[in-house]
Amino acid sequence: MSIPVLKFDAVIVGAGGAGLRSAIQLSEAGLKTAVLSKVFPTRSHTVAAQGGVAASLGNSEEDHWHWHMYDTVKGSDWLGDQDAIEFMVRKANECVVELEHYGMPFDRTDNGKIYQRPFGGHMSNFGEKPVRRSCAAADRTGHAMLHAMYQRNVKANTQFFVEWMALDLIRDSEGHVLGVTAMEMETGQVVIFHSRATIFATGGAGRIFHSSTNAFINTGDGLGMAARAGIPLEDMEFWQFHPTGVAGAGVLITEGVRGEGGILRNANKERFMERYAPNAKDLASRDVVSRAMTTEINEGRGCGLNKDYVLLDITHLDPNVIMKRLPGIREIGLQFAGVDCIKEPLPVVPTCHYQMGGIPTHYSGRVVVPQDGNPNTIVPGFYAAGECACASVHGANRLGTNSLLDLLVFGKSAGDSAVEDLKAGKAHRDLPKDAAEKSLSRIAAIDNRKGGANVHETRLAMQRTMQTHAGVFRFGDLLKTGVEKILEVEKAARELEIKDKSLAWNTARSEALEMENLIEVAKATMLSAEARKESRGAHVRDDAPDTPEFPNGRNDAEWLKHTLFNPVDNSISYKPVNMQPLTVETIALKTRSY
Amino acid sequence: MSKRTVQFSIYRYDPDKDDAPYMQDISVELEPTDRKLLDALVKLKAKDDSLSFRRSCREGVCGSDAMNINGKNGLACLINVEDLKQPIVLRPLPALPVIRDLIVDMTQFFKQYHSIKPYLINNDPPPERERLQSPEDREELDGLYECILCACCSTACPSFWWNPDKFVGPAGLLAAYRFIADTRDQATNERLDNLEDPYRLFRCHTIMHCVDVCPKGLNPTKAIGKIKDMMVSRAV
Repeated sequence: MSIPVLKFDAVIVGAGGAGLRSAIQLSEAGLKTAVLSKVFPTRSHTVAAQGGVAASLGNSEEDHWHWHMYDTVKGSDWLGDQDAIEFMVRKANECVVELEHYGMPFDRTDNGKIYQRPFGGHMSNFGEKPVRRSCAAADRTGHAMLHAMYQRNVKANTQFFVEWMALDLIRDSEGHVLGVTAMEMETGQVVIFHSRATIFATGGAGRIFHSSTNAFINTGDGLGMAARAGIPLEDMEFWQFHPTGVAGAGVLITEGVRGEGGILRNANKERFMERYAPNAKDLASRDVVSRAMTTEINEGRGCGLNKDYVLLDITHLDPNVIMKRLPGIREIGLQFAGVDCIKEPLPVVPTCHYQMGGIPTHYSGRVVVPQDGNPNTIVPGFYAAGECACASVHGANRLGTNSLLDLLVFGKSAGDSAVEDLKAGKAHRDLPKDAAEKSLSRIAAIDNRKGGANVHETRLAMQRTMQTHAGVFRFGDLLKTGVEKILEVEKAARELEIKDKSLAWNTARSEALEMENLIEVAKATMLSAEARKESRGAHVRDDAPDTPEFPNGRNDAEWLKHTLFNPVDNSISYKPVNMQPLTVETIALKTRSY
Repeated sequence: MSKRTVQFSIYRYDPDKDDAPYMQDISVELEPTDRKLLDALVKLKAKDDSLSFRRSCREGVCGSDAMNINGKNGLACLINVEDLKQPIVLRPLPALPVIRDLIVDMTQFFKQYHSIKPYLINNDPPPERERLQSPEDREELDGLYECILCACCSTACPSFWWNPDKFVGPAGLLAAYRFIADTRDQATNERLDNLEDPYRLFRCHTIMHCVDVCPKGLNPTKAIGKIKDMMVSRAV
């Protein structure tokens, strides 16, 4: 069967924040670029980001990128690479100002500058006291940002392939990346996108968990494609549980609520965060707050009939502030909790939110893998940015508002690197003869299988396994059985069956293909988590408790290293954390407290 | 709320096998936690994987799951099942070609959005820092920038039904005014020229279905009125 081939200089997979930011660089450099997205660009999950984007603009009080760097390293529990972190925080102001120039409707201070609010873990003067660093457009920052970047791409005449699902990465025998196969949703047609540069901006895979703030589309497609092409996945045991998802519904309530003065309370109306983080209180780092909430609930101080949530209280705030700064949150409360947060507190629980790990990259956006003794060998032609990538700036725990910053800075740098490499580079390399074979046989297997596993049931089994065995608190024995269980689910995920055989907009087929991506991520997560025998950031296990020898259960002597999960044989290796920043001194290891 | 069975009548059409669209009667048992219409649709799809609809954020910010629900356009993720009369009648958004089931071809809708140059135009060299804008000037954008491009409004508008190729429609015009109202934008005259046409702007007859259906509570009619006022005052 002959498959159509479309040739581009660059192909970007994903049109969320990172993809759109990369596309601006490539389109404005005049390169022939295709952006593939399985949804219309403004429906990408960046749209759901609420609270803000970090930049030390200092619009309301003194701030400095070096303080932001310190907070990010500390937030990462020292697992973040300090060169990448310095790179990111120093680019923050430039990237946020560019967005403003694109037309993003930031809120404003009285003197007309970009409005900034406090956020968890953002402190001045190396951890001293909270600082206003989060640049916000009400509580719709992601929406305002994504639309502004889409609009800039319309201006730049970027060529979009809307509602096309990328299927597999194409690599030749020397390991060069030559593009992707993709399926047009409307017709089911599979096409080869042959490119000289391929940028993955495919977002996270928060749908591996049962309770998630993530959109349905967050199925880790880029990670699945990378894994099937033999690229290892980095630090996949680290998942952020956002403290405040609406109990039951999972919908996100921004940390900006606490930034504006919101307080977490248990069933006794106690402001319990004072006990866990005497200095930062409700604005401690997310992993710290989520664990505190889970402890309150586990110890019987949860609220409601089943004592299974805590309360986020803003009833003491001026209703005008709520209507002006948090209007979307009020809507969400009314819609998904049946609560008017002006009058009553919101029921919240820690909810899976963000994937700290991903496709290993250098801070230039180039994908790097271990080869011939060098843990960071560049994969020619391959770039990744945003939540699907691991630079690594978030390490073991991401600071709120650093995700939007990540996608701006690394979306831009991946775009710039691709432009640089394309200008220096040569013609398209020849496609391997079987370039589309893997994708076509996967589709054929799903279409033709009889007596296979049901997609919906298999996905539920995976989500429940992840929730039970790799949640906010982790237990050695549960992780062990979790590994067995997820490998069982994997067998089912390799044997999926669908009833719908239509070529037209077949969402049964696309959900089955997504499931094949999700399972790669779930497996990498469970196996990496089981292997890491310490507590660090968002990965906290009962058999690595807080002791004088290992404060917070963190064991730097043995575990200050990045996990690399090799999907080819399920093996795990490690690589060193880069403790050397670009220009400043190393931020030295320290026990983390807020 | 306990377990309950809910009745649906759903528009079905698969161009691969159906000669014509038909309405399918189907019911589904819902758990107490299935509050929104989208929850019910996900349950229905688990029973019959051929049922096709778009969905993503499930919290009303991405604009994917717009459809016609008991005769009115809305987002499935924001509508409570309990508030709907049964059988719940689901159809694709009106006025746009149906691709399959509840999925419509939105090309025409986005063509109109793109036609208003939906991006900031400012030809001054960008300053080193942000362009300043007073909180009052910024407030002018409230009620405009929040649009999620779900197309509930345009596909509820009779003027758009008759002339989807010529009338920009409420969503596109709301976006046009979002840039006209922005103190940082320098292309007001060009934008008004672009709309000075018997159809593009003036086909709006203030029927206000757009306001009635907007899931974000926005008011395109008001924005259109402001553009019309500017046209008039520019003419005198």
